[in-house]
Amino acid sequence: MRRSMLFLPGNTPNMLINGSCLGADAVIFDLEDAVSPAEKDAARILVRNTMRYMDLRGCEIVVRINAIDTPYWKADMDAILPWKPDLILLPKAGTVQDALAADAYMTEVEEKLGMEHGTVGLMPLIETALGVENAFAIASCSKRVKALFLGAEDLTADLQCKRTKEGREIEYARTRLVVAARAAGVDVYDTPFTDVNDDEGIVKDAAYAKALGFTGKASISPRHVEVINQVFSPSGKEIDYAYEVMEAIALAKSQGKGAIALHGKMIDAPIVARAERTIAMAEALGLGKENANE
Amino acid sequence: MEILKCASAGTMESSDVYVEIEPCDSGLDISLESVVQMQFGESIKQVVREVLSECGVDKAVVRVVDRGALECVIRARVETAVLRGKGEA
Repeated sequence: MRRSMLFLPGNTPNMLINGSCLGADAVIFDLEDAVSPAEKDAARILVRNTMRYMDLRGCEIVVRINAIDTPYWKADMDAILPWKPDLILLPKAGTVQDALAADAYMTEVEEKLGMEHGTVGLMPLIETALGVENAFAIASCSKRVKALFLGAEDLTADLQCKRTKEGREIEYARTRLVVAARAAGVDVYDTPFTDVNDDEGIVKDAAYAKALGFTGKASISPRHVEVINQVFSPSGKEIDYAYEVMEAIALAKSQGKGAIALHGKMIDAPIVARAERTIAMAEALGLGKENANE
Repeated sequence: MEILKCASAGTMESSDVYVEIEPCDSGLDISLESVVQMQFGESIKQVVREVLSECGVDKAVVRVVDRGALECVIRARVETAVLRGKGEA
């Protein structure tokens, strides 16, 4: 379950060591934009040590390495992969070749370490016009690719337009990435909302991302984590309805019926699939009927 | 392995540690200033010695200014300073 992902600067000990306590489903240890070139070595070692020595249970670990057109990325992989992050976030992923280059090096490192190939997942960060256009190809190029991630700040610079709260300038990119990711059978994460003081704006932005079909949303501020978690969690009503759907389907089967109506609406395969996903998430959050009986 | 030049790593921010390393002719000279000097001074110095040993450094002047860093952070900053001092960073 990955509703929220919180960026943490890779060279700031205070943020790294407390990251897993901030409520996000995943933390992103950032070796790229949050770290100056002079401190890339320090951040790499600090993130490596944090993963090696700290108890980070209860939180997935994602590491944003440096892009493959920099001199840092292989050293990042060498330092980080032994400690088995859940995902590597690959910035500036614009083509299938970018993703495959990262994939190949990860395989090489895993082999040297005696790890099973594909132990660590890959999440291409789509933040260029070229990346948006190649989104489906990137998402489906390797079994190691587990999700796509939208980066709107760099994308809008590439599009030569202003980044706004309303987000009309990234509308196409958002919907394109959702479609591409779902077509490839992987998850997809929305860009952070960058006004850390706008408590209403983050709710609207997260709700919109959910409505478009994003799996979850990134954040650059701990203040946004709880909101994002709430938005991307099923509501009580949604959970109740999901159980009703499954009970209706079970009843239909027991009666030998192929279809059944619930509250005046026919229940078909997509509705059942959505109900199953809702129940799975509810149970993972301890909100399912089984949890209510405990 | 020798320290070839003066180098430093870390910051004076809370939960971090600033480490300076420079070459010397013989032995290890480690000085420590810490916000938890009384409680953890010796432990911190021991961690510093361990990392220096793991890095193969037996001659250096090391100045450590600790702002409440955890052991994993101290280890990271000492290792970084050593690599920079060796010219390997």
